[in-house]
Amino acid sequence: MIPAQFDYLAPTTVEEALAALGQHGDDAKILAGGQSLLPVLRMRLNAPEVVIDLGRIESLRGIRDDGDAIVIGAMTQHSVVEHDPLVAEHAALISKAVEHLADHQIRHRGTFGGALAHADPAGDLGAPALALGAQFVIQGPGGSRTVAADDFFVDLFETAIGEDEILTEVRVPKHTGWGACYEKFVRVAHQWPIVAVAATVRVEGGTIAEAKIGLTNMGSTPLRARAVESALVGQPATEDAVRAAAAQAADGTNPPSDLNGEAAYRKHLATVLVRRAVLNASGA
Amino acid sequence: MTRINLTVDGSNVSDDVEPRMLLVQYLREKLGKTGTVIGCDTSNCGACTVHLDGVSVKSCNVLAVQADGHEVTTIEGLAQDGELHQMQKSFRECHGLQCGFCTPGMIMQSVDLLKNNPHPSEEEIRVGLEGNLCRCTGYHNIVKSVQHAAAQGGAQ
Ligand SMILES: Cc1cc2nc3c(=O)[nH]c(=O)nc-3n(C[C@H](O)[C@H](O)[C@H](O)COP(=O)(O)OP(=O)(O)OC[C@H]3O[C@@H](n4cnc5c(N)ncnc54)[C@H](O)[C@@H]3O)c2cc1C
Ligand code: FES
Ligand code: FES
Repeated sequence: MIPAQFDYLAPTTVEEALAALGQHGDDAKILAGGQSLLPVLRMRLNAPEVVIDLGRIESLRGIRDDGDAIVIGAMTQHSVVEHDPLVAEHAALISKAVEHLADHQIRHRGTFGGALAHADPAGDLGAPALALGAQFVIQGPGGSRTVAADDFFVDLFETAIGEDEILTEVRVPKHTGWGACYEKFVRVAHQWPIVAVAATVRVEGGTIAEAKIGLTNMGSTPLRARAVESALVGQPATEDAVRAAAAQAADGTNPPSDLNGEAAYRKHLATVLVRRAVLNASGA
Repeated sequence: MTRINLTVDGSNVSDDVEPRMLLVQYLREKLGKTGTVIGCDTSNCGACTVHLDGVSVKSCNVLAVQADGHEVTTIEGLAQDGELHQMQKSFRECHGLQCGFCTPGMIMQSVDLLKNNPHPSEEEIRVGLEGNLCRCTGYHNIVKSVQHAAAQGGAQ
């Protein structure tokens, strides 16, 4: 219940935080909202010697319009993202996914960057970020670099963020006017999904012009349902057409088998949830 | 040890704490505010809910050092001048509790809920209390209590 002893640092700038990371190396752990890290420390699954709290770095918080993208600061809380008008207008898929992430109390503390850096395959933000082609801005001792969503998620709880680096912000290309839906299938309320589907669709005169679909918990990282995406293009936004395309939802996936469901069950779920999500996102 | 200064239920407090001390431990063990309880090991139950700078958080999932410089309100700080908060009165009025273990957290989360949505529907109340578990009531009277408080203008 109580974490092991650690030293606590609360830098007020990214530079200070990076210096502390550089000094303590892999003995140190970054603390964002703490909603995943503190349970891990309490269960003693990890026992860093130093915890570096980003909570006092104001520059990491907030959401801004940057031309063809919106930029979400890594330390922006889920509850802020959930109610942000820029996100709702230009990246509705994120608003829909975050609304069903955990519960109110957790959303008040947990952060956008923290959830993505944590890279839980059952986490709700990876699939929308992947589907929207988000770009991850990562700062290290040598400066800043940008990593595309396709390269960001490496494996189970593993991202492209190096040990001496910090995720500072996420750029999300605008998808203004796109319909969006996050279909999350859970066993109990306010928990991680067994499977979830993030779908965003651009419909022109009843026809699907473009579709982007991300899958949660269908492998060790979030995945794109590319076969469905291409099958949908040019199709009418109708039940039959979407059902046919959605049949390929589990292609190329490698879902886990656990107490919540066998892999085969998850593959079936993916086809059902993709159909529902695409139809809902198309306004059909 | 790390020095922290914060406001708890309207009083300034200052202490040396181990960085690993959880906010809930600090409230209960250092300040004796045992009104805030611990109901689980997994940050699921919500019994430990308090307000940090005016928004609800699970105090078992926050470090005391993270609250340095901030303002905490617990169930013990809701009553003003000896008069119960409307939400407390409504839980009493509508039998919104049985064993009472979940109640401090339920009330703190319900106050947060009405602050953002003074007139929630039944569905909105149930969703708003998603992070708070009750093993006794079956939730019906808890929902009624929140509806009652809303009708009484309990959003303050
Ligand atoms: C009861 C409960 C239910 C939950 N339900 C869900 C759910 O349904 N869906 C869901 O998606 N999540 C859920 N979560 C997790 C929640 O979304 C967390 O907020 C999130 O996973 C982690 O974000 P955080 O800001 O709290 O990060 P932290 O817990 O502080 O950090 C998480 C990890 O990321 C690293 N990290 C954080 N920020 C950075 C950064 N800027 N740069 C580099 N590394 C960084 C940390 O070192 C740590 O390893 C739940 C949590 C709880 C306790
Ligand atoms: S004790 Fe904090 S959520 Fe259960
Ligand atoms: S009244 Fe007993 S847990 Fe809610």
